[in-house]
Amino acid sequence: MSELKLTNAQIAWRAAQDIEDGAYVNLGIGFPEMVAQYTVEGRTPVFHTENGILNFGPAPAPGEEDWDLINAGKKAVTLKPGASFFHQADSFGIVRGGHLDVAILGALQVAQNGDLANWRVGNKGVPAVGGAMDLVHGAKRVAVLTDHVAKNGAPKLVEECSFPLTGVACVTRVYTSLAVIDIEGGKFVLREKLAEMSMDELQSLTGAPLHVEGDVGELSVPEL
Amino acid sequence: MDKRLPGLAEAVSGIKDGATVMIGGFGGSGNPIELVHALIDAGPKDLTVINNNAGNGKIGIAAMIEAGMVRKMVCSFPKSSDAQAFNTRYLAGEIELELVPQGTLAERIRAAGAGIPAFYTPAGYGTELAAGKPVAEFEGKHYVQERWLKADFALVKAELADTHGNLTYRMAGRNFSPLMAMAATTTIVQATRVLEPGGIDPEQVHTPGIFVNHVIEVTDPQQEEALIRAGAHYERA
Repeated sequence: MSELKLTNAQIAWRAAQDIEDGAYVNLGIGFPEMVAQYTVEGRTPVFHTENGILNFGPAPAPGEEDWDLINAGKKAVTLKPGASFFHQADSFGIVRGGHLDVAILGALQVAQNGDLANWRVGNKGVPAVGGAMDLVHGAKRVAVLTDHVAKNGAPKLVEECSFPLTGVACVTRVYTSLAVIDIEGGKFVLREKLAEMSMDELQSLTGAPLHVEGDVGELSVPEL
Repeated sequence: MDKRLPGLAEAVSGIKDGATVMIGGFGGSGNPIELVHALIDAGPKDLTVINNNAGNGKIGIAAMIEAGMVRKMVCSFPKSSDAQAFNTRYLAGEIELELVPQGTLAERIRAAGAGIPAFYTPAGYGTELAAGKPVAEFEGKHYVQERWLKADFALVKAELADTHGNLTYRMAGRNFSPLMAMAATTTIVQATRVLEPGGIDPEQVHTPGIFVNHVIEVTDPQQEEALIRAGAHYERA
């Protein structure tokens, strides 16, 4: 590693370790989709996509696409044995009704009480929300994958979000490029951090207090 | 009973200026392209269009917008690989946008079809999209009141239909179509094959014919995603 932080692939790998066999999982468009590649051997999670499929698989070979068989990111996918199709009201019933075990999303900012901002930066341009505001409600665990700080160095884990909110007090765990942090009782609770990083340094890159309850594990991820 | 119509032009001829039109489809899947293009040929104006997206490229809903037919879009995600048609008019203030979270959009449509004027959802609570809407607390959690979303017409693509209007959809092309078929006063379906009654096993019917008014057979229908990748451009004939 040239820099002391995990790559996106490594963050996705770490998140995949927490997905149990048989879990029903929704992976947000983009970065979170990488989690599927790192499914732990011997476990068979079932992936849900908002446009109406359970148990879809990876992209088909180029030229083999069927454009009625796409995911929420409008990319062509394949089906695994045991897949099903359903309409949008059922699909979001799956989401809001508490049937998913975990939803994994990207973030612009996460606040210490679990507020999430991930759909727009300000009020300019054309707004688009898709299923983001639905997805943060209902799954038993709502996890976020993100760089620990923004490209300009500003903390993405903050006391209060300054960007427009996607949902209030909805995030339960954050996997960052430096740490694994749970949100409990309105505060960030540090669970794992890179061994090479000091607590002081990690805190200086975090926009709200990091609490320690019990042991802090080592965030240990293979080279990918 | 026979809900077939001979052609696309007859099917859309009742859609007049100012109508609200639901159009099935999500991204490049399940869009009734031939019905939409027939509607462009008919050319009604000041339409309110309800779809998950706001058109892509220069075909389908994007071509309707380009033709100046759309006054307002109700959708969750007006972004696409080429959203120029919508973006240009939206940023110029020439088209109105009602942005609705995707699950709320689906449920509002379903509610209209089911005769339920309002419901509560957690989606959007505490965000700008819920501003001004009634909020209530149930079992310690906050929910936003949302209202049904009705339409004068729904344009829907099915794989199979029978002459009674029973439908099956193809894969993820199903998306909003069963809900829109319920919610619109008049539902117009293009189907790849139209069968005699009994041609679809009752166990396999996705939308029962009671929700469908007109059926038109469009064999070998075009796929929105394939058209966009080919750079297709639809203009009024």
